[in-house]
Amino acid sequence: MKKMLILGAFAAMLASGTALADTSDKKIAFSNNYAGNSWRQAMLDSYAIVTKKAVADGVVAAADIFTTADKEVPTQAAQVQNLILQGYDAIVINAASPDALNGAVKQACDAGIVVVSFDGIVTEPCAYRVVVDFKDMGKQEVEQMAKFQPKGGNLLEIRGLAGTSIDDAIHAGILEGVAAHPEFKIVGSVTGDWDQTTAQKAVATILPSLPEIVGVVDQGGDGYGAAQAFAAAGKPRPTIIMGNRQDELQWWKEQKDKDGYQTWSASIAPGVSSLAFWVAQQVLDGRTDIPHDLLVPYLAFTQDDFEAALPKIPKGGVASHEYTQEDAIAAIKANIK
Amino acid sequence: MTAAPVETGLKGSAERDRLARARLLRSLLPALSLVLVLLAIAWLNPRAISYFGFSLMLNLAIPIALATIAQMFVIAGNELDLSIGTFVGFVGCVTATWLKDAPLVGILILLGSIGVYALLGALIHLRNLPSIVVTLGMSFVWQGLAILILPKPGGKAPDWLLSLMAFKPPFIPFPIIAALLIAAVVYFGLMRTSYGVILRGSGGNAAALSRAGWSLLKTKIILFALAGLFGVLSGMALIGITTSADANIGNGYTLLSIAGVILGGGEFVGGRVSPIGAVIGALTLALAASPLLTFMHIPPDWQVAANGAILIIVLAARVLISRRER
Repeated sequence: MKKMLILGAFAAMLASGTALADTSDKKIAFSNNYAGNSWRQAMLDSYAIVTKKAVADGVVAAADIFTTADKEVPTQAAQVQNLILQGYDAIVINAASPDALNGAVKQACDAGIVVVSFDGIVTEPCAYRVVVDFKDMGKQEVEQMAKFQPKGGNLLEIRGLAGTSIDDAIHAGILEGVAAHPEFKIVGSVTGDWDQTTAQKAVATILPSLPEIVGVVDQGGDGYGAAQAFAAAGKPRPTIIMGNRQDELQWWKEQKDKDGYQTWSASIAPGVSSLAFWVAQQVLDGRTDIPHDLLVPYLAFTQDDFEAALPKIPKGGVASHEYTQEDAIAAIKANIK
Repeated sequence: MTAAPVETGLKGSAERDRLARARLLRSLLPALSLVLVLLAIAWLNPRAISYFGFSLMLNLAIPIALATIAQMFVIAGNELDLSIGTFVGFVGCVTATWLKDAPLVGILILLGSIGVYALLGALIHLRNLPSIVVTLGMSFVWQGLAILILPKPGGKAPDWLLSLMAFKPPFIPFPIIAALLIAAVVYFGLMRTSYGVILRGSGGNAAALSRAGWSLLKTKIILFALAGLFGVLSGMALIGITTSADANIGNGYTLLSIAGVILGGGEFVGGRVSPIGAVIGALTLALAASPLLTFMHIPPDWQVAANGAILIIVLAARVLISRRER
């Protein structure tokens, strides 16, 4: 009789339908293909901080991190297959290739596993994609530049790693911004690979051949290198858009203290990994209204708030933001329209 | 293994027994390490030991096994191929683009690339060039061509290839059948036919072979062409599994294939190779590097190092046993 009652209660729970499922027995794995730079380290740290708390609070049963030994696609495909066998309920993935992991991702979906990709996204339709609006970031760079350099002038563009979707998107945004602000003209473009040293070398090489530059639009990780190159060449210091790296913000602060230098800084927060985690949790929670492509905002700093953030960034690191469940729900809501 | 009755006949019978035991151990070692890795996986995650589990864990081992066989042909001739990884990537890019959109052109390109491999063999033999240098150079050529064909990851595998790699035979998972088939075909061709003996002989004692009237140029061309052929098969199998290509997709295969041949009981010189061992070696490497590691729940900071440690342990066992043979 008692059993019957319990079963009846269960049936009632199931019948109520709209009540959200419990995720406290769900296991979420994180498949990561590379851990060798400061951004990726910050990404793993943010993820670990957020998920440790989620597990302790009983929101999910487990949230384990798996990093492959090399950046290779087959290694990560094998890893995803192993995670399927491990019986995880969801896989959060930063993928080595947007297309070549589709086979493994499809197998995961077929096994009833929720796949949420971010940063390095996968194109397989069954997976979720948490994408930062890089195009808007590029456009914003020019908008901000127009505030600091109202008269307009020549711009130098520093591009990121060639052939990546991120580089494409930021570049397209910058072009759109310049089209909207005809007072600016891009007179030179170099490849900085999101790296201070590479950017410094590239900018130093092109500088002698350029007319006077009023501003540098870039992709983050390259601003400090550009500043060094301008200083070394003895050229006047332009408005350089920054990318949330510690050395960039530090340089900005020094310049601001000296003569009130103004600029703007934006980049994708490595903590977007924690946002992807919460999206996976929400899907497991039984929400069916979540769009598979989620556009989330980038992390920006202005003249007024960057100094407050600076002490929190580790030396050689990048500004991050740990997202909460509420952030994720808000981001999903913003995308549902 | 290559039996050498003449050499052992001179030695005492105790010595002969010891050698025979060591040989047996050596040919059993690849299988033994595979069983060990499988036992470890079964203990860590019993769920993996099932039809579904084996299909998932082993399907990416097929392209590795094929690449290992390709490398084995080159090693049988006392050479080393450092370009097999990028070659597999190149084949993958052709498979996901030309072979799907214009099958005839795709087939021609792939046949042509096997021809290039054959020419490399001829070049290395005629000019007496070190194969490491030639193939290292070629690795950049293949990589460059792959990026030309597919500047951004993408493309799609032909449908027939997708359905072949997703084939689900009853009872025995497809990857196991494929591995058995590859091992059997190559074993018969290289170890049981008379020309197979000549091919291995070109690595064992080239001078004797050429005095006996065999063309060393021809053996080298054939060994390299076979390497090219299995490289093509490896690239196609890989794309059949991943469904889509990336110019860098095969880069890791160069070292995996060499490790697979050695783990499978092969030697860098002397034409001593074992097709069955090579396939088992490739399976062991694929299992040890990925599923075992994932199932062990190692903290993320140590995962990369643990992967290397597993490879070293597996290969060290092989070295310890082959030392007893001397």
